[in-house]
Amino acid sequence: MNFETIVGLEVHVELKTETKIFSPAPAHFGAEPNMNIHVTDLAYPGTLPTMNKRAIDFGMKASMALNCEIAPVMNFDRKHYFYPDNPKAFQISQDKRPVGSNGWIEIEVEGKKKKIRIERVHLEEDAGKLTHAEGGYSLVDLNRQGTPLIEIVTEADIRSPEEAYAFLEKLKAIIQYTGVSDVRMEEGSLRCDANISIRPFGQKEFGTKTELKNLNSFNFVRRGIANEVERQEKVLLSGGKIVQETRRYDEATGQTVLMRVKGSANDYRFINEPDLSEIHIDQEWMDRVRAEIPELPDARKARYVQELDLPEYDAHVLTLTKEMSDFFDATVKAGADAKLASNWLMGEVSAYLNAEQKELHETALTPEGLASMIKLISDGTISSKIAKKVFKELIENGGDAAEIVKAKGLVQISDEGTLRAVITEILDANEQSIEDYKNGKDRAVGFLVGQVMKATKGQANPPLVNKLLLEEINKR
Amino acid sequence: MTHQFTKDDVFYYANFARIAFSDDEAEQYAAMLSELDKFAERFEEVDTTHVEPMTHPLHQVNILREDVPTEILDRGDMLASVKEHEDGMIKVPNILA
Amino acid sequence: MTLFSKTATELQQLLHNREVSVKEITEDAFSRIADVEGNVQAFLTVTEQEAKAQADQLDNVPLEQRGPLFGLPIGIKDNIITKGTKTTCGSKMLEDFVPVYDATVVERVKNAGMVSLGKLNMDEFAMGSTTEHSAFQVTRNPWNLDYVPGGSSGGSAAAVASGEALFSLGTDTGGSVRQPAAFCGVVGMKPTYGRVSRYGLVAFASSLDQIGPLTRNVEDNAMLLSAIAGNDQHDFSSSSKEVSDYRKALTGDIKGLKVAVPKEFLGQGVDEAVKASVREALQVLESLGAVIEEVDLPHAKYGAPSYYVIACGEASSNLARFDGIRYGYRPEGVKNLEELYFRSRSEGFGPEVKKRILYGTYALSANQYEEVYVKAQKVRSLISQDFADLFQKYDVIVGPTSATTAYKLGETIFDPLTLYANDILTVPVNLAGVPAISVPCGASEGLPIGLQIIGDHFDEGLLYKVAHAFEQATDFKAGTPLVGEGQNR
Repeated sequence: MNFETIVGLEVHVELKTETKIFSPAPAHFGAEPNMNIHVTDLAYPGTLPTMNKRAIDFGMKASMALNCEIAPVMNFDRKHYFYPDNPKAFQISQDKRPVGSNGWIEIEVEGKKKKIRIERVHLEEDAGKLTHAEGGYSLVDLNRQGTPLIEIVTEADIRSPEEAYAFLEKLKAIIQYTGVSDVRMEEGSLRCDANISIRPFGQKEFGTKTELKNLNSFNFVRRGIANEVERQEKVLLSGGKIVQETRRYDEATGQTVLMRVKGSANDYRFINEPDLSEIHIDQEWMDRVRAEIPELPDARKARYVQELDLPEYDAHVLTLTKEMSDFFDATVKAGADAKLASNWLMGEVSAYLNAEQKELHETALTPEGLASMIKLISDGTISSKIAKKVFKELIENGGDAAEIVKAKGLVQISDEGTLRAVITEILDANEQSIEDYKNGKDRAVGFLVGQVMKATKGQANPPLVNKLLLEEINKR
Repeated sequence: MTHQFTKDDVFYYANFARIAFSDDEAEQYAAMLSELDKFAERFEEVDTTHVEPMTHPLHQVNILREDVPTEILDRGDMLASVKEHEDGMIKVPNILA
Repeated sequence: MTLFSKTATELQQLLHNREVSVKEITEDAFSRIADVEGNVQAFLTVTEQEAKAQADQLDNVPLEQRGPLFGLPIGIKDNIITKGTKTTCGSKMLEDFVPVYDATVVERVKNAGMVSLGKLNMDEFAMGSTTEHSAFQVTRNPWNLDYVPGGSSGGSAAAVASGEALFSLGTDTGGSVRQPAAFCGVVGMKPTYGRVSRYGLVAFASSLDQIGPLTRNVEDNAMLLSAIAGNDQHDFSSSSKEVSDYRKALTGDIKGLKVAVPKEFLGQGVDEAVKASVREALQVLESLGAVIEEVDLPHAKYGAPSYYVIACGEASSNLARFDGIRYGYRPEGVKNLEELYFRSRSEGFGPEVKKRILYGTYALSANQYEEVYVKAQKVRSLISQDFADLFQKYDVIVGPTSATTAYKLGETIFDPLTLYANDILTVPVNLAGVPAISVPCGASEGLPIGLQIIGDHFDEGLLYKVAHAFEQATDFKAGTPLVGEGQNR
């Protein structure tokens, strides 16, 4: 029997506000334990939540970027459960009236475009952190308690692990463009759970779903879903039943592992948060927030393809992060050829960033610097080979390509006389190669070109060397 | 309609509230809750078909705070009321067992 | 010197004329406490040393920098957070809890130069109407020590009535300021919801709780409310409406005042003596020029179920934070987390609190939510509308504060009619969020009776005006309980 995979994702994104969503304590990453807390975060008796305006703005901004409708009237609700990282024993969240609803984003997998619907986007507070100590006890740090979150819940529209991956990649790009979050999974500012079920092709009803947690990278999301689908298939094919349960992805074994069976044990007893007012969002507020949203990845992608003639692939890769895309735009604006700029950013620049584990802004490279180098390539002042040396200098120490070329004497040799003299010397010393060439071994030319480049420290103009070399050989 | 609470009801709701009862106590509380719930009998007489639920006695909207850090609780002060702590963190017993 | 029977204005005059110092007033308060506290037991914590040190400092403050409440003694209900002073809520759960911050009202009374005498007894987490649900001690009614002071702000009412404190702060979720004020023969105000900041009030039912002043006369009460009311950036449910100097409302002129008396307020279950006393009070108001009309408050009788569902529901939520982890009672020898939760809460909370948490948990559970909780909120809308309708036509609503005078200690009220009448009188006010004041209007068998005056939202000034006019026209304000004279000395 063949099964169809059905996946819905729940993604939590931490918002980059200065203060917590319901208290005026700083919402910063990485302070000493329990140093960034307000009495409210401790659920100290008598304390009351206060609503951070920017958190609402950010929730609206993200919702708009995800094509959601914005609730004209919304409120906050208490969701009750006991856990040591949840000091009030309720989380302030949004139950019936989330900030955003009925949105979608478009993904592309194997050339096919598809809309994934977003059921809702709601604002809530993050919990504290629990560390399990040796000796069977745990330690609570409440610094993270109250950090604003949005939870993005998709419809069960995802049909493969690849679609899930593509969704997350696109979601991350969009959120990052809006500037409301760093969306870094490794730092926990983006977290993802997956609801997974399978059903025989053609069947209308959904199968029983399991919830998969502990997915710490997009790749683990992809692998985790694939593995869980495989597990469910095996269970069904052997006549078993899927049980509604929460499972954890084990990175070491690549398997999903049972965490707990979902019984009727949870009853969150939602009530309206009586300590906070209703929020009414009028057109003016919406317009203000909408005006702050920059051009989003899809729009940029389309612009790159239509206006700059870039291939779809280039446009996709360049727009994955706002930083790269902004850098590309600035490089083109500084006068660089768009395709060359794209080649360099996707090639040398990305390779360098990967090798050094750095972000663009952590290097010395500027769009103007990169553009100055590309211009020198375009007008034949330097070869791509020399450009690599210039690039190394630019990305490590910064500066302007023309000045680097001048200072290091890296200008391309395009003078025919100079080159002919070098070529004659090389040919004189390599009689055997001329013989080989004349006997049909084309490779011999490559060797001779290499010798010329070596003799000129790579500064010779390669197409010219090729042309002159053949002329000189044929003279002999 | 009112609810006649049983011992099991008491245990069921007490579990959400993390309160433990002996069997005898559960019987007593079942009786007390049934008594309390008798009040709700009167609800049946009230037609609330077109009535909106009232969540706040004072209807205010858009009470918001600017995103500026102001107050931080001193960790030492905080830990003064914490019975068990370690390395500035609050100690809780085994979660899994 | 016995200063405790003087009014705030009289004491302020003495201070101003340097006839008395803050230190002397403070010492007088503590000497009164020493005399009667053994009988009354209103205080859970007495902060004598801090108060005397503060008094010394205050005496150095130049006259021109002193406000109307400067140097005067106040007691604070023990569910109001006081920095550095134990705040127990009358519960074993918080037996050793010493807070790190001050409630906004505490800050405000300090800023007014008032001297805090200590913390006052109450029903555990403000749940009860006799103060017998305190985990620590039984407070007695100063008018007759065999009787309860009412509750949950029983300590606050008893301390003022017995002359231990000139002022006190109580809290009112379903009548907890007004009913003890009535039982103890003092003036108690439940302000409009949102008039006084709740920041630092340990929440019982967030949408019903209000802090209010208890005093021996209306003017003192008005002065204290002026000092503590007003918007607070820490409490987003507090109103930004301006606060007036309520003393200015005390003109004595209530000619043409339109008074509504709901039939439901003088119905079955209300003690005959109480009815008689309230009817006399209405005649007094009439003689002052008020126009009295009998009206209906049709949904008042549904107030009790609506109140119990909402108050217990919110309480089950608010009290969930007491889990033994960050503060409060934590049992010894706990092996795992669940045991910590269950034992902390089972051993830390008393029976009344457990009962209400359980009922609230039930009311909020997924199965009951719509039929019970949301229904209660809808009924609340109707009750609120009843008041709004009446205030279209009338200035104030008047009735008894309580169906009876104070109960005997240990005497559980089983009479369903009495219970029913009591609930009708107090809880609709909290559900609607309107202000109400209780002023003494008589006595029966030596126990005080309170007259309740209810106003429209933010009409505290009018309530003070009416209460003051009534007080000036009658003698009840002069009542000084036996506890200080003869009975115990």
